Amino acid sequence: MSNLFTYTIRIADSALILGQRMAEWCSNGPTLEEDIALSNISLDLFGQANGFYEYAAQINGEKSADELAFTRNEREFFNYQLVEQTNGNFGKTIVRNFLYDSFIFLFYTELANSSDERISALAAKSIKEVKYHLRHSKNWLIRLGDGTDESNKKVQDALEELWQYTGELFEMDTIDTELMKKNIAIDVSKLRPKWNEMIDSTLKTAKLNRPEDGYMASGGKKGIHTECLGFLLAEMQFLQRAYPNAKW
Amino acid sequence: MSDKIFQEKIDAEKKIEPKDWMPEGYRRHLVRQISQHAHSEIIGMQPEGNWITRAPSLRAKMILLAKVQDEAGHGLYLYSACETLGVTRDELIQQLHDGNAKYSSIFNYPALSWADMGAIGWLVDGAAIVNQVSLQRTSYGPYSRGMIKICKEESFHQRQGYEIMAEMAKGTPEQKEMAQDALNRFWWPSIMMFGPQDSDSPRTGNAMKWKIKRQTNDELRQSFIDKTVPQAEVIGLTIPDPELKWNEKRGHYDFGEMDWEEFWNVVNGHGPCNKQRLAHHKRAHDNGKWVRNASQAYAQKQEKILKS
Ligand SMILES: [Fe+2]
Ligand SMILES: [Fe+2]
Repeated sequence: MSNLFTYTIRIADSALILGQRMAEWCSNGPTLEEDIALSNISLDLFGQANGFYEYAAQINGEKSADELAFTRNEREFFNYQLVEQTNGNFGKTIVRNFLYDSFIFLFYTELANSSDERISALAAKSIKEVKYHLRHSKNWLIRLGDGTDESNKKVQDALEELWQYTGELFEMDTIDTELMKKNIAIDVSKLRPKWNEMIDSTLKTAKLNRPEDGYMASGGKKGIHTECLGFLLAEMQFLQRAYPNAKW
Repeated sequence: MSDKIFQEKIDAEKKIEPKDWMPEGYRRHLVRQISQHAHSEIIGMQPEGNWITRAPSLRAKMILLAKVQDEAGHGLYLYSACETLGVTRDELIQQLHDGNAKYSSIFNYPALSWADMGAIGWLVDGAAIVNQVSLQRTSYGPYSRGMIKICKEESFHQRQGYEIMAEMAKGTPEQKEMAQDALNRFWWPSIMMFGPQDSDSPRTGNAMKWKIKRQTNDELRQSFIDKTVPQAEVIGLTIPDPELKWNEKRGHYDFGEMDWEEFWNVVNGHGPCNKQRLAHHKRAHDNGKWVRNASQAYAQKQEKILKS
């Protein structure tokens, strides 16, 4: 596996897995309008995943975009652990997405300058969508944080629960550093100060407290996941696995 | 007096608008019909929503999710059309939860395989289109305009469903079997979507006079069957009705007897998924309560800040 291939499917995997989580909201939203908004976000994410998978398929030539999505095992998925976390209540979904959206917005903004034309184009296209996702999760976080005591408690609890998955967003490994030499990849560790600013100012407006940095999970980029990913994949890949010779 | 003017307007094919005078019976009939239609769009999200996370390709996933999202949009338009008649969405949802409002019985059947996504799009959206195209000419302005908007999307849904069926019908033997099985299960409930036969349909009288309904249940059903039978033939699937036969003299297909006992059972709450569908809707609504409350509390706080 080339570094470029791995780098590309990492991006695709996070988009796909979060898209899949968001799709679980369909017909379960707190209002009809919100149901539609959540589906929109999911559709954007599937579109982004598809774009990056198609490029990865081209780089590697072994598996098509669909095969990459539907026939790899848990240990071969390289998404961040944050995005695979279950939806929980609406507040947990909002917290998870806000933590991620803030990061991925900064990430794509930098990645749009990649020397790899396809990556830079895919990133540029994603920025607009992610900007909307960030506005959505941020506005909801503020509404829920500064809404009722009940809603404030629910999102604060979710923050405490999910904080441990934010550490790995800024981890670098050799694939990143190798590709950085060619100006293809970006230095995610450098996104941290800006991300901190975004998080702190929103949490303040939302009347929420930033959790202490305690245990920080790690491993998504190496294919180490939390227990919930296996169930997600089993459901998502069921048809492709059960009927390997079928075309759909 | 107003009754006469009203009927003249209807007879002259003029649309009735929210502020126009209308007989109470007309208003009541519309509220019942439009809300039932809106609830059908919303409850209809569930059987297909149930397969989004299992769709077999990225493209199929996106198409299905976008389709179900469209249905949510249709529900929104229709609730708004209903609100022009003086009922709020909250009231309508309450009626649904209390069991006082109905939705199309077709959604009380389970979606058991991926082929059902094909059958539902092809047959259920297909039947809905026949009904909705006819309703584009309905006499109530907001309802008619809603139908025009909705019909465009429904024909996409129908084509996408048919495409799934066609793809599976020419696929592996297992896929073809799934496709035929889906057709077997959805055929009769689909043609019963048009409601009871005209001879048993008590409300058709006024609805036709007021031009809320433009064609009778039997006319609509016949037009759906005539359109759909050749489509099944093209992809090599068999419609599960041994009496189905082209009638040269009538210029229509003859078809077998529908099981009206089953129909009324499902309408009256005794179908395979009636309880599940309603419970799902209530659960989502109840789970969202704290979110709606928080949203309202936040808005009130902001208003206070703006005022001070
Ligand atoms: Fe619809
Ligand atoms: Fe539809």
